[in-house]
Amino acid sequence: MPENVSSLIAVRDVKVHFPLDSVGSLGRLLGRPPARVVKAIDGVTLDIQPGKTLGLVGESGCGKSTLGRAILQLVRPTAGRIFFKGTELTGLNARQLQQMRRRMQMVFQDPYASLNPRMTVGDIIAEPIEIFEPLRGEALRRRVQELMRTVSLNPAFVKRYPHEFSGGQRQRIGIARALAVGPEFIVADEPIAALDVSIQAQILNLLSQLRRELGLTTLFISHDLRAVRHISDRVAVMYLGKLVEVADSHEIYRRPLHPYTQALISAVPVPDPAVEKTRRRIVLTGDVPSPINPPTGCRFHTRCPYAQERCRAEEPPLVDTGGGHQAACFLLEEVSSGGAARDSAA
Amino acid sequence: MLKFVLRRLLLAIPVLLVVVTISFFLVRLAPGGPFMEERAYPPAVIEKLNAKYGLDKPLHEQYFNYMQRVILHLDLGPSTRYLDRTVGDVIAQGLPNSMLLGGTAYLTALVLGMAAGIIAALRQNSGVDYGAMAVAVLGVSIPNFVLGPLLVIVLSLTLYWLPPARWGDLSHLILPALTLSALYTAYIARLTRSGLVEVLRSDYIRTARAKGLRESVVLLRHALRGSLLPVVSYSGPALAFLLGGTIVVEKLFLIPGLGNFFIEAANARDSFIVVGVTLVVATLLIVLNLVVDIVYALIDPRIAYK
Repeated sequence: MPENVSSLIAVRDVKVHFPLDSVGSLGRLLGRPPARVVKAIDGVTLDIQPGKTLGLVGESGCGKSTLGRAILQLVRPTAGRIFFKGTELTGLNARQLQQMRRRMQMVFQDPYASLNPRMTVGDIIAEPIEIFEPLRGEALRRRVQELMRTVSLNPAFVKRYPHEFSGGQRQRIGIARALAVGPEFIVADEPIAALDVSIQAQILNLLSQLRRELGLTTLFISHDLRAVRHISDRVAVMYLGKLVEVADSHEIYRRPLHPYTQALISAVPVPDPAVEKTRRRIVLTGDVPSPINPPTGCRFHTRCPYAQERCRAEEPPLVDTGGGHQAACFLLEEVSSGGAARDSAA
Repeated sequence: MLKFVLRRLLLAIPVLLVVVTISFFLVRLAPGGPFMEERAYPPAVIEKLNAKYGLDKPLHEQYFNYMQRVILHLDLGPSTRYLDRTVGDVIAQGLPNSMLLGGTAYLTALVLGMAAGIIAALRQNSGVDYGAMAVAVLGVSIPNFVLGPLLVIVLSLTLYWLPPARWGDLSHLILPALTLSALYTAYIARLTRSGLVEVLRSDYIRTARAKGLRESVVLLRHALRGSLLPVVSYSGPALAFLLGGTIVVEKLFLIPGLGNFFIEAANARDSFIVVGVTLVVATLLIVLNLVVDIVYALIDPRIAYK
């Protein structure tokens, strides 16, 4: 059982590794492991409290989406356990898992590719309802139209196909579809990344409004720090398959502890010219290392301005620095004083 | 949609006229004539026969007479190979046999090919997949004049299960249909596999799984429909050639189909039958391609015709 029973979602030391080379039937027979493995998620522990929104941020390829999919078991984790209200999802068989889908749904990133182009909007939204509820005919039709109204889509469009809608409208369809079976938990995987900036705000507001009205628990995955700040109660920062910092939303933006978080937050433009003029960006050098051969010790040491010998050898654990603010860094003191120096300079 | 169909049918008319014209002159370019057989007729008889069929007139006059008859009376002319029959009679006799054979072969190919393709796609890169695709390559590479006799040797002459040739009841249909379907089965299996593999990787399939659908529903309702387009577009021309008579297989199994009549007629320089059969195949091709385009719109709502 998870230690923290109050969590709606509890993730315990989850790993998702993808074999890169095919082993071949003979190799499988001999039990030979694949030569190279992409460690998309490499030991993540995380809790999401009921009714709260956790924002998950990080660069492209850091494993955010994979973690979201792993929680919903759309990708089966290689190791570790995941609990939904105390039920271990990682232990369920396909049939039991299918029943759980009613309680947890996903809004996908790409509203163009994630809707079946051969089904009408009405059918797309009705399909999950038909699986889980005995609603049919007129009642089902009314339910679908009600859902369309909930996401501000004109119910008259029920017979139209996805390609007849704009990106923002399609994302609304995706949201209506996710909400159709009344889930308690939603994973929103970069729901606004594929949309125009002018539409992003609409979808964000829709999501936070729905979350309030329906009491949804949400995992909001994004690389857009401003969007995450707007919508999240808590924020988790991911780097190369591991969490480097988790804290309450206002706390992490006010007082980022991990050097990676600091660099990320320093890169966000401030919509106030006076402040923006004094914003000093921490520019990280180098690229994100490959998740096939992640660096030893702290994974961030290759790009960290504070890195020391210890960082190269040992892996820093994610520890609570007080008040639920967790960070994975050996040099918190030093880094935060560096951050403080920057603050005073500002 | 109705407008689209009508326009396509109207467009077919000039295409068919061109087909008739080209095939008419092509046959006449071949040396020899319809009444020059080994057992030669006396010249006076040949002259009379040529006069009876209008073959003594200049070529352009023959052409205009022929076109007039085809367009105004929908009459494809007499046969010079089968003196007691018209081209219409020959087609009426051969086409149903060819269509039965070709249709059976096509249905067989569709069922076997799609089943193999689906299984291969679901067990991608497994032994089953490699096995099915290896058989498919074999099916594409073996010519039917090799496969046909092989099947006859095994199933007729060794096991005595099926008659080796001729046309009559359903047991006569099996061997030629199998021979004919091998190539198409293999091709459809490959098309289904690659189409399905691609669709199964797409985002909306993940959406369908996330909805909580059973895997069979994901496959049948969401994936298969999307993967069928290549099979459908291949089916148009494939069906046209299968239904319009197949020369090698019909000859091999002594089937009185259009292909058999066609080859007999070509050998006897019966230009009326050659042009008539060509016209039938061209019409089938045009109609079936139109059907393919209509089916396209039915399985993919993004395709709209105006």
